[in-house]
Amino acid sequence: MRVTVDSEKCQGHNRCFALAPELFDVDDYGTAVVIGDGSVPAELEEKARLAVANCPEFAIGIEE
Amino acid sequence: MTDIYGPVTDWQDDFDHAVPEYNERAHEIWAEFQASGCPVAHSDRYGGLWAPFTHELVHEIAYDTDHFTSQGVVVNTGRPLIEAPVGPAPPITSDPPFHNIARRLLLPPFSPKVIAAWEPEVRRLCRDLLDRMGEITPGESVVDAAIQYAQSIPVNVIARMLGFPTEDEELFRGFVHDVLERINEPVEVRMEFMQRLDDYLTAQIEEHRENPRDDLTSYLLGVEIEGQKLSIEHVRGSIVLLLVAGIDTTWSAIGSSIWHLGTHPDDLRRLVDEPEVMLFALEEFLRAYAPVTMARLVKDDHDFHGCPMKANDWVLLPFPAANRDPAQFDRATDFIIDRQENRHGAFGLGIHRCLGSNLARLELKVAVEEFVARFPSFAVDGDVTWSVGQIRGPRRLPVRVDSVA
Repeated sequence: MRVTVDSEKCQGHNRCFALAPELFDVDDYGTAVVIGDGSVPAELEEKARLAVANCPEFAIGIEE
Repeated sequence: MTDIYGPVTDWQDDFDHAVPEYNERAHEIWAEFQASGCPVAHSDRYGGLWAPFTHELVHEIAYDTDHFTSQGVVVNTGRPLIEAPVGPAPPITSDPPFHNIARRLLLPPFSPKVIAAWEPEVRRLCRDLLDRMGEITPGESVVDAAIQYAQSIPVNVIARMLGFPTEDEELFRGFVHDVLERINEPVEVRMEFMQRLDDYLTAQIEEHRENPRDDLTSYLLGVEIEGQKLSIEHVRGSIVLLLVAGIDTTWSAIGSSIWHLGTHPDDLRRLVDEPEVMLFALEEFLRAYAPVTMARLVKDDHDFHGCPMKANDWVLLPFPAANRDPAQFDRATDFIIDRQENRHGAFGLGIHRCLGSNLARLELKVAVEEFVARFPSFAVDGDVTWSVGQIRGPRRLPVRVDSVA
């Protein structure tokens, strides 16, 4: 599994970083970025899905 | 106070959110509109006003900067005097492309990591306020969680961030009350109290020019757009935004959350027993009791799904209603303390996402944590009064303390 952030859609709600700081980081402007190449270890898959389910801008994607 | 409009008898065609009944019965009124075939209210008040109540319509307007301008974001009897794309309080009153330029100046000081550093300060402030409530007799003592607690938290934090005297707390609340709640008074009256706010801020800005220091006011005086310092109007407007947007909003969110816990003992017990549920509870407080309704002005005459909107009509963006729309949320009107899927728009949707959302979340989280840590058992006991206008929250919130930790 990999997570992605659509930086055009991200408005800096910061939900992904709050729920899954192992997978997402935020820059000085509050815009989310994936950590590394976005690969999600098995034990973090649930957190990745939570991040998707809580992004108000639908900016986070999952590729399985 | 001179309300130039009077009571509402017809919510569909003579809508007015500044009538006290609106915020008192908001959840009912929204549900009625959402269930009706006509989810958009209209009014000739305020020179023309529209209010859509479904998530779909609120969402559509929030993203549509072609037909709707942010030049005015607080519905009132007048119209903003500083035009788009800058508007009177940049960046909230700004439109693209200037909006992004003004917004990027203010994003770094409100980024998640910078705001996180304020946590110890906010926690200390909350504990001080609880200490100041004095001797508590469990089962008997009644404290006002809005007045003795919630209202003092955001105003102190934002005053410190701006580098303003915290002893002017009462004055700031007065300014914000004037701007946000006295919306149905004659334009001349509004001009007078806006002038008082401007004069106060001009004096603060002058003082910061003479004695620059490490705060947001000095920051705004120092930053540049394309090599140019900001105009005094821009600096003052951004400070108006930070002051007005940062006080009643968070005060309301804290108050509504305590109101919920004081009327839903099972949720209170769960939060006390399982503090880690706060990760989800925080967002559910924000969804179910979002305090902020924004507004836009119609740019040019526009047919919006059959609504004949006229140029310069106001349009409310009731994100709090959108957050409780059954078409968008499962069990929308239920408070589910550990809701797992929660794409609420309490901080708005689209390019104007609340600049202070990280600070607001921090204040709300810490304020509720500290309150329940000190008072693990309490109940609302007495008459609650609610604010009027676009920011919804309790202004009197008597709470009987049943146990003290």
